[in-house]
Amino acid sequence: MSTEYPVAQGQAQAEAAAPSDVLDATTLAELREIAARYPEPRSGLLPMLHLVQSAQGRITPEGIEACAEVLGISAAEVNGVATFYTMYKRRPVGDYHVGVCTNTLCAVMGGDLIFERLKEHLEVGNDETTEDGSITLEHIECNAACDYAPVMMVNWEFMDNQTPESAVQVVDDLRAGKPVHSTRGPRLCTWREAERVLAGFPDDRADEGPTAGPASLAGLRIAREKGWTAPASTLASSGEETDRD
Amino acid sequence: MTDALTPVLTDNWDAERAWTLAAYEERGGYAALDKAFAMAPDDVIDAVKESGLRGRGGAGFPTGMKWGFIPQDNPRPKYLVVNADESEPGTCKDIPLMMASPHTLVEGVILSAYAIRANTAFIYVRGEVLHVIRRLQRAVQEAYLAGHLGTDIHGSGYHLDLIVHAGAGAYICGEETALLEGLEGRRGQPRLRPPFPAVAGLYASPTVINNVESIASVPSIIANGPAWFAGMGTEKSKGFGIFSLSGHVRNPGQYEAPLGITLRELIDLAGGIREGHELKFWTPGGSSTPLLTPEHLDVPLDFESVGAAGSMLGTRALQLFDETTCVVRAVLRWTEFYKHESCGKCTPCREGTWWLTQTLARLEKGQGTEADLDLLLDQCDNILGRSFCALGDGATSPISSSIKHFRDEYLAHLTNGGCPFDPVASTAFAPAGASA
Repeated sequence: MSTEYPVAQGQAQAEAAAPSDVLDATTLAELREIAARYPEPRSGLLPMLHLVQSAQGRITPEGIEACAEVLGISAAEVNGVATFYTMYKRRPVGDYHVGVCTNTLCAVMGGDLIFERLKEHLEVGNDETTEDGSITLEHIECNAACDYAPVMMVNWEFMDNQTPESAVQVVDDLRAGKPVHSTRGPRLCTWREAERVLAGFPDDRADEGPTAGPASLAGLRIAREKGWTAPASTLASSGEETDRD
Repeated sequence: MTDALTPVLTDNWDAERAWTLAAYEERGGYAALDKAFAMAPDDVIDAVKESGLRGRGGAGFPTGMKWGFIPQDNPRPKYLVVNADESEPGTCKDIPLMMASPHTLVEGVILSAYAIRANTAFIYVRGEVLHVIRRLQRAVQEAYLAGHLGTDIHGSGYHLDLIVHAGAGAYICGEETALLEGLEGRRGQPRLRPPFPAVAGLYASPTVINNVESIASVPSIIANGPAWFAGMGTEKSKGFGIFSLSGHVRNPGQYEAPLGITLRELIDLAGGIREGHELKFWTPGGSSTPLLTPEHLDVPLDFESVGAAGSMLGTRALQLFDETTCVVRAVLRWTEFYKHESCGKCTPCREGTWWLTQTLARLEKGQGTEADLDLLLDQCDNILGRSFCALGDGATSPISSSIKHFRDEYLAHLTNGGCPFDPVASTAFAPAGASA
């Protein structure tokens, strides 16, 4: 097997592959490694496409051909999958993907105003990237953090309880190269580094950040104050029985 | 008398580094494995049946019964798939669970897979939650190294592989057969049933798909006994569940309580509706469950009672909106969401959600006529129950319920020539005392 993957001819005249667009041997080997994790290789396609994005900054024609080759399916089949899921991007994504939740609850709580302010401030529209290539702005759907509304995601890390001002501060800090932390998670990595984790290649940040954010603990705090617990186990205690509640 | 709040799944969320194996084992984690391995798999299924646990992903199907549907005489491999694609608007319980205590889920996976005799299991987690995925990956790695996963677990002879699989952005993959398509590397479009996944699921093999919270409840049931679990909750909705309060409430967040608690009690615990305002409408279990109003504050939040009140318990995603919120704006936004997320397979949903947004958007701008309300209901009638999955059905819920409860507010948009509400007043950062 050649170490250099052949560039698909005629796939996209407008997107003639620059040298950096060619998938390297390491990435090809990792694509095979992902497919091998599953009982049936095609199950690896979603994480494989995440890896393509990590390696190339977007879904490229070469990446599609490579996935098709590894899985023994047609490029059209891979393309069909790549165009179905919203996390896969056909245009280059900035170092930081900023997603503002504008589903109903976050929108009502301020997400609409945050999104408007960021569009103005960054001078981009939805799903567009700033000229310096640093920020891609997108409005997103519910990201399962409604108790922290309004919510913004940066490279799919939680930025909870935002205001238009705090959101502007975050993007300004990111553009200035200052370290930014998720409000209940780690320091932010780049979008391409994040995509690599999604492909199933962990980084070293799992231990960063707290166990839970404050809203996640709202009920537990009250239970602790009042001394409320689940009932004791109904099984006869054998001494080695572990108290789980 | 059971306490108002019963932390079980959330009980270690305030512990230092609760996501680590060391912290989890210190609290007795993974001890339920030996207990289960001393039982026949069918007895584990019976224990879960006896507990009365019903699916925590929204539908409320009895978990043990689902496991019992797996045809054990089928020679193909059996699979367990955890649905961690939490994305029903308003739902935010599984994500903090996996962030804080991923080992609770992993232990549940091992017990559940053992019960249905699966040797391969998957956690299909939505891709848009990077740190949660990191913690899951780490937990699985730790569990392998500690001998809780892999070959001959705890010397039982049982072996299990567990794969964390990140999705790529598609609400529809929360629907179990669309999820299987995604896990097979295809476009996430729901399958026609029957056959049900229990008979022909992943790779056409017998497959159980359960929500994160359902699977995470299993270790406590095995450790404490089915009677302990069934001692909480109501007659037909047993056990505890995580109730997620969001929106215009003073202390939004996660509240773990026996099923049957009321919204009035939960709002009290959460410090009340935000100061100077009052509750206007709410969803009991995500945007696909019909809206309720303050007259439903005392409805017990269990499967039967919420159903009798004209809605569904769903995922216990209690989104609370006060009087500053325009219900037409809220419903239009949800409808745009369903239109965006319709997978396009079935015509009534694909075309219908498009038409719903057209009609609603016109009304919201004050440009329609009263007849558009009947048109909307007619469109809903042509969507509801006419597609492979429930996405289209869910799209009709906010519309028909809001027209039922707030018809006058729709009409006010027409007489006002547009929305009569100030969108700033509803925000979390609105100046105190702002009103619509």
